[in-house]
Amino acid sequence: MIRVFVPRDAAALSVGADEVAAAIASEAKKRNLDIQIVRNGSRGMLYLEPLVEVEMPKARVAYGPVAASDVAGLFDAGFLEGKPHVLAHGPTEEIPYFKTQERLTFARCGITDPLSIEDYRAHGGFVGLAKALHMKPIDIVTEVTTSGLRGRGGAGFPTGIKWKTVHDLPAGEKYVACNADEGDSGTFADRMLMEGDPFCLIEGMTIAAVAGGAQKGYIYVRSEYPHAVKILREAIEIAKKANWLGDNIQGTKYSFDLFVRMGAGAYICGEETSMLESIEGKRGIVRYKPPIPAIEGLFGKPTIINNVMSFAAVPIIIDKGGEFYRDYGVGRSRGTLAFQLAGNIKQGGLVEKAFGVTTRQLIEDWGGGTATGRPVRVVQVGGPLGAYIPESKFDVPMDYEEFAKVDAMVGHGGLVVFDDTVDMAKQARFAMEFCAIESCGKCTPCRIGSTRGVEVIDRIIADVDREKNLALLEDLCVTMTDGSLCAMGGLTPFPVMSALRGFPEDFHKPSPDRFLADAAE
Amino acid sequence: MAKKAGNKPNGSMTDHTPALTPVEVAALSVCARHGNKPDELLEIFHELQHQLGYVPDATLPVIAKALNRSRAEIYGVLTFYHEYKRHPVGKHVIKICRAEACQSMGTEALCRHAEQSLKTKLGETTPDGMVTIEQVFCLGNCALSPAVMVGEKLYGKVDSKRFDEIIGSLEKEAAE
Repeated sequence: MIRVFVPRDAAALSVGADEVAAAIASEAKKRNLDIQIVRNGSRGMLYLEPLVEVEMPKARVAYGPVAASDVAGLFDAGFLEGKPHVLAHGPTEEIPYFKTQERLTFARCGITDPLSIEDYRAHGGFVGLAKALHMKPIDIVTEVTTSGLRGRGGAGFPTGIKWKTVHDLPAGEKYVACNADEGDSGTFADRMLMEGDPFCLIEGMTIAAVAGGAQKGYIYVRSEYPHAVKILREAIEIAKKANWLGDNIQGTKYSFDLFVRMGAGAYICGEETSMLESIEGKRGIVRYKPPIPAIEGLFGKPTIINNVMSFAAVPIIIDKGGEFYRDYGVGRSRGTLAFQLAGNIKQGGLVEKAFGVTTRQLIEDWGGGTATGRPVRVVQVGGPLGAYIPESKFDVPMDYEEFAKVDAMVGHGGLVVFDDTVDMAKQARFAMEFCAIESCGKCTPCRIGSTRGVEVIDRIIADVDREKNLALLEDLCVTMTDGSLCAMGGLTPFPVMSALRGFPEDFHKPSPDRFLADAAE
Repeated sequence: MAKKAGNKPNGSMTDHTPALTPVEVAALSVCARHGNKPDELLEIFHELQHQLGYVPDATLPVIAKALNRSRAEIYGVLTFYHEYKRHPVGKHVIKICRAEACQSMGTEALCRHAEQSLKTKLGETTPDGMVTIEQVFCLGNCALSPAVMVGEKLYGKVDSKRFDEIIGSLEKEAAE
């Protein structure tokens, strides 16, 4: 029987993957052809979604982007035999966008049926956990430390140190918490992995539980990701039945229960302590640190908190060894990062590459420039709290330290591309507006500073005491940076000041109101 | 003191307790399904909203009692999160992403188009109660911007034309 793959990833669904799958099924029935449709995850070439693949003896052959109306034509052209068509791209893994990547975390994503545990095992799944179950917990921690893995959520804190802290505390009630509140614009790697390879996250978290001595874990997923929530819940049940979760995992002394908690549309809950409050059923108000969550975390107990991408990197680290992972990357940024090309980009998608690749390579070689065909003016790297990077910095390698040197941050590797029609004063205003909407309200610089920031930028745009207000904006940004409790207020000045420093001309345009007033005279 | 077994849904012991409204009964049973555990409050709100379309204020005292928390705490949690609605919304809730990636692909124009074509502001419901439109920040579909979500169905690359088609399909569905 011929196997045809149509992704069930939310991004693929958003451009009609379900309709395409239905059309293929009905067309096959009409033609009396015996096919099996597999709903896989996404390969990450989102510009080609819905990307339909047909399994040939040697390789899978890709067609995309396929619309339901293309399906009859594909059958006529003989796509089930891998024959040419205007939408054909040849073997999927030979497509340059894909072939040039270094897929470690996303090695299985898009290849397997996300909810088939047999598929998962056939592609190297649970090898890391099987190994970890028979290692000394401290050796697991050492392996993660050796790998050089740093927090993939954006902050880049060494994962091994967090794990060691929890490991070294006396045995007792401990937790593992996964931050899947992927609220930053320009990021979708967490979602893609949860929908495309959920067992990988489950495996990574279970390894963390074994290393840290935790009995219970929570995955905190944002409510904007209903597909991910559903797939994760199903995957957890399947893993439990197969005894990769639950009591005495694979006959060992380790037991681990995993639960999914859904957020409710609060961006701040991506901040780790705010997330803990939310899992506890409270307002997502940021906690003071210390105590750090590794010591007093969820329900006041020691907690290993990591991002989806950090946990998902662990299975391969334990499977192949910390040194294998460490051999990718540059400087103190080791391993790979799942870069996400988003916004105004011709070939948007996920590019997993070792650290060291540049912004220019990503947006030109993979991204193919803007979707609108206009020149790229600026790229925001690392989410709404990341800096706006002008063209002059496009050749800085993606490396935590190198980016910090130019007042920017790699963060989670999300890149939002803008063409030359963007107004950077408006983008700076939006950064303040977003902070005002999403601030938890606990500390003054963030809660009030962001609202004042919107007002000050409005006056700058309107050319009211412009020079004075520019000075005031800089001063306000210093206060927010130094005085905020967490990254929300502390990093909002990043996009604001980078817009101001990189694109001062946008803040010095004639006032639209004054222009009208002049014209009226 | 003589106790008379009540046959009211919450098993109240006196005749002075007014009968529970259907909404209160719904809230109690959702709480019970979650073991009356305070840490499951977000899940409780999600489930109630799924059932009733919003979380009525009338449910707050009963939830507070079931979870052994103060009404202020329950109210505080409900009002902290953007996702929870305290008032009835349209039959369909349309979320339009206004975050940076979608901005770079013209979501501001899409928002204006939505407001004008539906004659409804973001955050409000059409007079016929069919559609509520609201802004959200990121639906995780940033490579296929602008993104829109209708209920739990995600749409990518939504321009004004595609938006009208989505509205059209909802109207068609309602007419059938």
